[in-house]
Amino acid sequence: MNGLTFDIAHLLAGGLVLVSFMMLYQDRLFALINVFALHAIVLALSVAWQAYVQEAHHLYVTAAIALIFKAIVIPVGLHRIIQRLGIHRDIETAVGIGSTMLAGIGLVALSMVLMLRVTPEADPLAREDLAFALSIILLGLLVMVTRRNAVSQVVGFMSLENGLVLAATGAKGMPLVVEISVAFSILIAFIVIGVFLFRIRERFDSVDVGALDDYRGERR
Amino acid sequence: MTAPFDAVAAILLIPVGAAALLAALPNYKMSAGLNVAASFLTLLAALSLFVTDRPQPGQYLLVDDLNIVFIVLNTFVGFTTSVFSASYIAHELETGRLTAPNLRFYHAMYQIMMFGMNLAFVSNNIGLMWVAVELATLTTVLMVGIYRTHEALEAAWKYFILGSVGIALALFGTILVYMAAQPVVGEGTNAMVWTVLIEQAALFDPALLNVAFVFLLLGYGTKVGLAPLHAWLPDAHAEGPTPISAVLSGLLLNVALYAVLRFKMLLAASPEAIAPGPLMVAMGLTSLIFAAFMLYRRRDIKRLFAYSSIEHMGIIVFAFGMGGPLANFAGLLHMVMHSLTKSAIFFAVGHIAQVKGTQKIADIRGLTETHPGLGWALVVGVVAIAGLPPLGIFMSEFLVVSSTFARQPLLAIPLVFGLLIAFGALLLRLTGVAFGEPRGSTAPVEASYVPMYSHLALVAGAGIYLPAPLVTWFQHVATILG
Repeated sequence: MNGLTFDIAHLLAGGLVLVSFMMLYQDRLFALINVFALHAIVLALSVAWQAYVQEAHHLYVTAAIALIFKAIVIPVGLHRIIQRLGIHRDIETAVGIGSTMLAGIGLVALSMVLMLRVTPEADPLAREDLAFALSIILLGLLVMVTRRNAVSQVVGFMSLENGLVLAATGAKGMPLVVEISVAFSILIAFIVIGVFLFRIRERFDSVDVGALDDYRGERR
Repeated sequence: MTAPFDAVAAILLIPVGAAALLAALPNYKMSAGLNVAASFLTLLAALSLFVTDRPQPGQYLLVDDLNIVFIVLNTFVGFTTSVFSASYIAHELETGRLTAPNLRFYHAMYQIMMFGMNLAFVSNNIGLMWVAVELATLTTVLMVGIYRTHEALEAAWKYFILGSVGIALALFGTILVYMAAQPVVGEGTNAMVWTVLIEQAALFDPALLNVAFVFLLLGYGTKVGLAPLHAWLPDAHAEGPTPISAVLSGLLLNVALYAVLRFKMLLAASPEAIAPGPLMVAMGLTSLIFAAFMLYRRRDIKRLFAYSSIEHMGIIVFAFGMGGPLANFAGLLHMVMHSLTKSAIFFAVGHIAQVKGTQKIADIRGLTETHPGLGWALVVGVVAIAGLPPLGIFMSEFLVVSSTFARQPLLAIPLVFGLLIAFGALLLRLTGVAFGEPRGSTAPVEASYVPMYSHLALVAGAGIYLPAPLVTWFQHVATILG
């Protein structure tokens, strides 16, 4: 592989990690969703570049799904839901921004150390992609645990899933990638938006997951 | 001899066809009947796997000695639960907790869930297996939330979030396995086919396989309900409809366990990779002891038995982690016995909760007096799950403990400790529920006890006498598991 193609792939994957970091400190729902849309656009570019480099044309489908579905349909839908629910105020972060960022840096360092150490013989591109992908997955988890709002947890989960798509496209010739990305999209669209948010709204008058805790059967 | 029909196809297509029909049928009585019929046909198809020729393992599907056990257990409990479900939902409809459109959805989801679980068992492709486990999980999430109460929604949300994270980690592990296999097997579908992987596992990069297994164990372990990752399990069991609690405990946990076992075999085939056993032993023991202590503070009867499921999954994972023919045999037997007993207990709990109108342990008293048929069945079930002789679980627990004493006496101490703690908790709760001063409604239960009794009879029978062919089969599977 020549230097330029490698560098571009590297740049895009690294950019994805950077955007994940941006998600950590967004304290407004709209801003968080916009950053997620950016995340999805970078992912689409990255996947499309992999499709071009590996000459795997089916990956263009995955890139298109990322672009149309995750960068446009989902963010627009979430914007509407937020407006309808009237929750476009600040979102609470359960942990301070400074410590969240530090934890994020720690997680990225961890995944670099882990993945680069265990894959010395793998194809360098796939290897870096895996390390970046694990970083994105862990950052997505971090977003999920530091937020208490159901919408931002869903955004965290979707960014986590973007990391998985990056890993799957980085693994050369992996079958079922398109199917898996479609399955994930259906999962997100169908369950999260269609069912839960509306029901949670309907029943709780709030999408703050913290409010759900009060209804636990065991709490006394 | 060529089989006149394809049993594997039948196992997969009957649930799909039934789901499509059930989604279209508005009449709930008809759909409950159809649900039972479809589950029964699937069970017959599963049983026919014993007698018909097995198809050659393909790129996607596989039938071997290991997964037949799982499939037959799965379809059997699926069938009995559908019978139980028919009487359960009739009552829910009367009390207005569910509406007719809810039920249409419920029945269709039930069959899709059966399809997902059966597909996970017969899949020979680690990617396909992942998709199937995910499908089965999603359908159960929807069913857990079906009552749309605060608690049910919270439980479903928690289950969904934790389950998705688990499934995401499992996918990352699956991708890593592919990365490990790709330099050896070559690009494309073959590098995800389990039978190909296991043949060549010795050549894979061991470091990559190690990391992959950790992700897979954490990911699928979330679904098994292993201790640090179990948080979804009690809520999902307590707040969903009781037939779903029965299939969650009896079946879905096994599906995830099966996935873990497949990957454990893969790792065991690679001489330089870490031994998967100690990891599983550690997680199993943690779950067992943690759940045993948690049993004491439960006030909700379904949560009580949900924690008991965590405890038993801990024992099973521990046994498989120990490995070796005897411990594997014990693990398999325990898994079958636990599925049968736990689903029978949930059937009983479902009837109890319906007649008493509550799930609070404090409000359920003196069942053996007010409802002897139900009360004594619960007594037998709890005695069985607590591991008293002569029932089936006693035998499998005895095998686990004795094989551990023979090989790692130090590990046997926490194991026995956990078992005793759990035993105490269960009997403590049982005495009040079964023998205390009668409280609450004494109205008779208008439902069939047949599913419950048949499970208990099987468990009791297995404790006294295990048929020789079954023992040989399990011994053979235990050696495959290594």
